[in-house]
Amino acid sequence: MADTAEIVLEVKNLDISFRSAGETVHAIRGVNLILRRGETVALVGESGSGKSVTMKAAMGILADNAKINGGSILYRPEPGAEPVDLLTADPAWVRKNIRGRSIAMVFQDPMTSLNPTMTIGAQLVAAIRAHETVSRKEARDRALNLLAEVGITEPERRMRRYPHEFSGGMRQRIVIAIALSCNPNLLICDEPTTALDVTIQDHILELIVSLQEKRGLSVIYITHDLGVVARVADYVNVMYAGKIIETGTIIDVFYDPRHPYTWGLLSAIPDTESGDTLYSIPGTPPVLTKEPVGDAFAPRNPYALEIDFKEEPPMFKISETHAAATWLLDERAPRVPRPEALEARIQKMRKEAADYVR
Amino acid sequence: MSDEKKKLLDVQDLTMRFGQNTVVRKISFHINEGETYGLVGESGSGKSTIGKCIIGLNKPSSGTIRFGNEVLKPGQNVREIQMIFQDPMASLNPRKKVSDIVGAGLDIHKLCKTPQERSERIGTMLERVGLSRDQGERYPSQFSGGQRQRVGIARALIMNPRLIIADECIAALDASIQAQVVNLIRQIQLETGTSFLFISHDLSMVRYLSDRIGVLHRGFLLETGTPDELFSHPVHPYTRNLLASKPSPNPIVQLRPETRYDYETSGIVYENGTWHTVDGSETHQVLCTDMEFEKWGLGK
Ligand SMILES: Nc1ncnc2c1ncn2[C@@H]1O[C@H](COP(=O)(O)OP(=O)(O)OP(=O)(O)O)[C@@H](O)[C@H]1O
Ligand SMILES: Nc1ncnc2c1ncn2[C@@H]1O[C@H](COP(=O)(O)OP(=O)(O)OP(=O)(O)O)[C@@H](O)[C@H]1O
Ligand SMILES: [Mg+2]
Ligand SMILES: [Mg+2]
Repeated sequence: MADTAEIVLEVKNLDISFRSAGETVHAIRGVNLILRRGETVALVGESGSGKSVTMKAAMGILADNAKINGGSILYRPEPGAEPVDLLTADPAWVRKNIRGRSIAMVFQDPMTSLNPTMTIGAQLVAAIRAHETVSRKEARDRALNLLAEVGITEPERRMRRYPHEFSGGMRQRIVIAIALSCNPNLLICDEPTTALDVTIQDHILELIVSLQEKRGLSVIYITHDLGVVARVADYVNVMYAGKIIETGTIIDVFYDPRHPYTWGLLSAIPDTESGDTLYSIPGTPPVLTKEPVGDAFAPRNPYALEIDFKEEPPMFKISETHAAATWLLDERAPRVPRPEALEARIQKMRKEAADYVR
Repeated sequence: MSDEKKKLLDVQDLTMRFGQNTVVRKISFHINEGETYGLVGESGSGKSTIGKCIIGLNKPSSGTIRFGNEVLKPGQNVREIQMIFQDPMASLNPRKKVSDIVGAGLDIHKLCKTPQERSERIGTMLERVGLSRDQGERYPSQFSGGQRQRVGIARALIMNPRLIIADECIAALDASIQAQVVNLIRQIQLETGTSFLFISHDLSMVRYLSDRIGVLHRGFLLETGTPDELFSHPVHPYTRNLLASKPSPNPIVQLRPETRYDYETSGIVYENGTWHTVDGSETHQVLCTDMEFEKWGLGK
């Protein structure tokens, strides 16, 4: 079934490196990604694999030591409009019309996006009035509503408080409220609910889903929580060492993962019923100051073939929606089954799903 | 049996007010040597505030905190207690190199004789938390979220403290690295007998690590017990609510947390509760009235 909704964001061959301490870190090595209107694309993967940097590039807020070596980020500000390349567009125009208005981002570290010297109320009102001409009173009412919507109790009292007077999870929710305050067209959430308990998290996810239904909001969701991915996303991209190594619908990736890194990631989800040591993928990710030879995951991959150490695998197409970059998918490769424990888990999930549907 | 264990930390009637707002209410718990105590509760329930009282960043309004044989003065900071903070960026000095951040405690307390020893200890610690030695030359802003979190972990571990307060220290990590850190904590505990206060909103992670768990809500400790006790026989409605399913990584089966506990309409008044022992177990206790205890099916 081909997805025909209009493309809102398309990242093509994005390539970024950082200069630091006399070295070059090649952090993003050719990322491709498509997001369609009203849909949610999740970005998951190893810590340090480049998820935040990819999205910061779209927002035009990369660190000073970043260098964009190539690629484009095409963004369609409204339905039917011509896409603009955010990497070559006038930065002043992006600042005025796109960032924090058409595209809002919830950052991973909430303290970095809050001003410690301003009350929360003042920050919310300022955010609302920066993009819309509304009276102070109306902005205040909207701010109160938003705080209540993200589950902050006694919003009147809380409006007069400073960021440090809130708990970690409350700060996270305030940042979400600020992002939503400008009615964005595209919302980028970077680990927005890591500090939240199940009930509040569910409430926030519901809020985002309802905005998608009401306003056709499109969402990029960066998270390590695969339960959340399964709950909110339509598509998922798995990143490793600056590349997307597997992409597909959530059904493709959760029920039929193909890349050995994805296998490791899924195997590491704690299973509430079983054993007491948690599975972790052995070894450490490559340091991208040296260009990896072959598949960047090969040194940690128990299923690596000889060619994995020599040549980088291309994206192999598995179906209309599903693709993965591993030589195991080459027609010449031996058939390698998934690890037993993971296969058992997948079978169990499939069975649960069958029972559930029935 | 429990008499043999030595109490390392003993918190009695800890209360913390910010202005009119009381956020921690007469909390008592203790942590034995080599033990991990898990503190769980929803956002805003007072978990970080308790941690900050113990390391002296908050001055408690009342109550006592005893560490070893010493009663800590309000605001007193002890080297043997280290905290891994929830918000890594806010707690790492952006102008310092990561190796100097991790080594700060060593420097302050002059714990290394030679620069070689210092850089060796820092390098080893960075590797233990899954970072590379070279990365010590970088600044915090040049790290990803999860990498920063691990810098905070390394900074605490390098001091060989007797008690580590770990505040949501794995929340921002992917499952594989979470497992790596959890396994690291276990290993350190085996090697050094360090005690942990492990703060988290996620009961399933706390379960893996804790010997005992305390459930916190609105500044009240409501129920305590071993992981087995809390998982197989949760008594307080709030605890049961916390156990409600996390989103499962199964795209078709989406079980949402169905029971929503609402304090306002629950009819429970935490102030009226007293401690009740569940099933005659010394470790499993719940805060409630006699009537509630009976209603929840436990009174005789
Ligand atoms: N300003 C910078 N200078 C040098 N290196 C950087 C800089 N910013 C990011 N990096 C590096 O780029 C890589 C990708 O970082 P990014 O923040 O995108 O990771 P991530 O996938 O979001 O990880 P996490 O899940 O831990 O947040 C990391 O190895 C990081 O250390
Ligand atoms: N310095 C402060 N001044 C005023 N109020 C504060 C201060 N620190 C914390 N609070 C309040 O105390 C309450 C408990 O906060 P705390 O940070 O302990 O929560 P938490 O359980 O750690 O939550 P989270 O899981 O969201 O981090 C919150 O209502 C918070 O607003
Ligand atoms: Mg990140
Ligand atoms: Mg906290």
